[in-house]
Amino acid sequence: MAKLLEVRDLVIRFGLRTGEVTATSGVSFSLDRGERLGLVGESGAGKSVTGFSIINLISKPGYIASGEVNFNGENLARVSPERMRQIRGNRISMIFQDPMMTLNPVLTIGTQMTEVLHRHRPELSREQARDIALDKLRKVHIPSPEKRLEQYPHEFSGGMRQRIIIAIALLTDPELIIADEPTTALDVTIQAEIMDLLMELCEKDGMGLILITHDLAVVSQVTQNIAVMYAGRIVEKGPTSRVIAQPQHPYTRGLIAALPQSSRHGERLNQIPGMMPTLKDMPPGCAFNPRCPHVMEICHRQIPALRPGSNGNMAACHLYPEENAHE
Amino acid sequence: MSRLQTFRDSYLWYSFRRDKVAIASLVVLVLLVLMAVFAPLIAPYNPYDPEMIDIMNSEIPPAWEDGGTTAFLLGTDSQGRDMLSTMIYGMRISILIGIGAVALQAVLGVLIGLFAGYHGGRLDAFFMRAADVQLSFSYLMVAIFLSAILQAVVGVARFGEIAIPFLILVIGFSQWPQYARTVRASVLAERRKEYVEAARVAGFPSHRIILGQIFPNTLSPILVLSTIQVANAVMSEAALSFLGLGMPIDRPSLGSLINSGFEFIFSGAWWITVLPGVLLVILVLSINLLGDFLRDVFNPKLYKG
Repeated sequence: MAKLLEVRDLVIRFGLRTGEVTATSGVSFSLDRGERLGLVGESGAGKSVTGFSIINLISKPGYIASGEVNFNGENLARVSPERMRQIRGNRISMIFQDPMMTLNPVLTIGTQMTEVLHRHRPELSREQARDIALDKLRKVHIPSPEKRLEQYPHEFSGGMRQRIIIAIALLTDPELIIADEPTTALDVTIQAEIMDLLMELCEKDGMGLILITHDLAVVSQVTQNIAVMYAGRIVEKGPTSRVIAQPQHPYTRGLIAALPQSSRHGERLNQIPGMMPTLKDMPPGCAFNPRCPHVMEICHRQIPALRPGSNGNMAACHLYPEENAHE
Repeated sequence: MSRLQTFRDSYLWYSFRRDKVAIASLVVLVLLVLMAVFAPLIAPYNPYDPEMIDIMNSEIPPAWEDGGTTAFLLGTDSQGRDMLSTMIYGMRISILIGIGAVALQAVLGVLIGLFAGYHGGRLDAFFMRAADVQLSFSYLMVAIFLSAILQAVVGVARFGEIAIPFLILVIGFSQWPQYARTVRASVLAERRKEYVEAARVAGFPSHRIILGQIFPNTLSPILVLSTIQVANAVMSEAALSFLGLGMPIDRPSLGSLINSGFEFIFSGAWWITVLPGVLLVILVLSINLLGDFLRDVFNPKLYKG
């Protein structure tokens, strides 16, 4: 069966007044039906912009300079705006970080849900739309959904709102959900609930999930595969368990070492020295070279390609030259 | 939970019940509007019917003055029309023009404000500069100019027939920038919020985001502005009519009544001018006080802390 989503050599640029900058380059990944993929990296690594590029909604002055986003064989980077609007919110839904802000404060939950349904399935009657909305609210475990439909967003807690946002995302039974830091604004106990819920829903309905986050712990629980991004490139990808257990790229290693539980009690927390370079002054060669503990001479000259590392993970690092890829 | 119940639990109702001024002005306003709507049932005479007017009854003072009769409670004007009836009918015209003009301004101004604010760029620049230009000179000047031309073109007699739609158009077109600016300012704040982004992600086209998502969020300033604008429009109409550019004397509004009595004020027939003036003040004041109350309730800085 064809892949659900295939992103190939995606290059996103921003045309700023001071000149063009490249936000992501050569980003490629793919997703099977029902697969859950984690997109991990620091702030500014290009995760969110990659997520938005899938639904072709990069905010100006950004644009897709080259590359393909094939969704069910259709290149979304090239389709008409009207066709894109039919797919957005219908076949592909997106969930945002801040549940306090993503619901319209002056409309009831019911209105907001039926609006979406009315937009994508205009043939539905009011009652049918209401029934679907109720059904989805039940799916995300909202108690007494009939009453809840009449309420406004301010009458819900943060966790409840995020559930409602998930319910709205589910309304049209999408094939793919892009979740951009869905739990960052919530407290930890609610985070776990929401992630469990997302996982349960994906498994039940065979939806694909792209989870954009900086939280490795969350990714490791939920996803099957991981792509680690750094400065606009994917530096490592592979099955989640293997990436976490045996990270290949020095950046991934640094990230995992930086988790609080990997440092010993009483010691300072580990961190990766330095800062991610800004888009405007990328160092030549590998973008990670100023911070890399294993930096070599070649790192300053050449951008490493994504190649299979020693354990089968794909890594973009000169530590794994082509010739000993299959050792 | 029913809508009525929601309203009864709302902050609006809560503060309304505690605000005596607001209650009083709403009661007064509702009474006045009811009087205007049911004018033919309430007014003792029909001031538009020449058969009921007798010139011999002219300038009879109100009933409590010397020479007054209970047949004409508030006296009569220089043509022998019953003041009470004429005022009720006049208020009807004033309110009709006020509401009509505000409806027109609101539709124009809100649409322009919404789309200009959301799309920005040239569209925004064009309409906002147009608004600046329009606000830079007095609407009275425009209105005087237009009605003078119109009176010359169609003749004073026919002008009387089209005076109501004309006044609605003039006052409506001259005041749209008020709405456009207010709405645009809220849209500029709203369009950056994430629910707009979420609506875009959900595949809504921009006109549906504007009307379905952003518009409901701008309603409270629109509501507050509308009350003030209705009062303004009633005043504008009175001003134009007072200047003789509005309603003709055979179908007087409050403004033209005030005007018609003006020449008699020093000959002792004060009631022809003063009584419609008092009614105008009460009408405008009650609307404005209600607007003040709404502004206090809807101003998030005052009640959200």
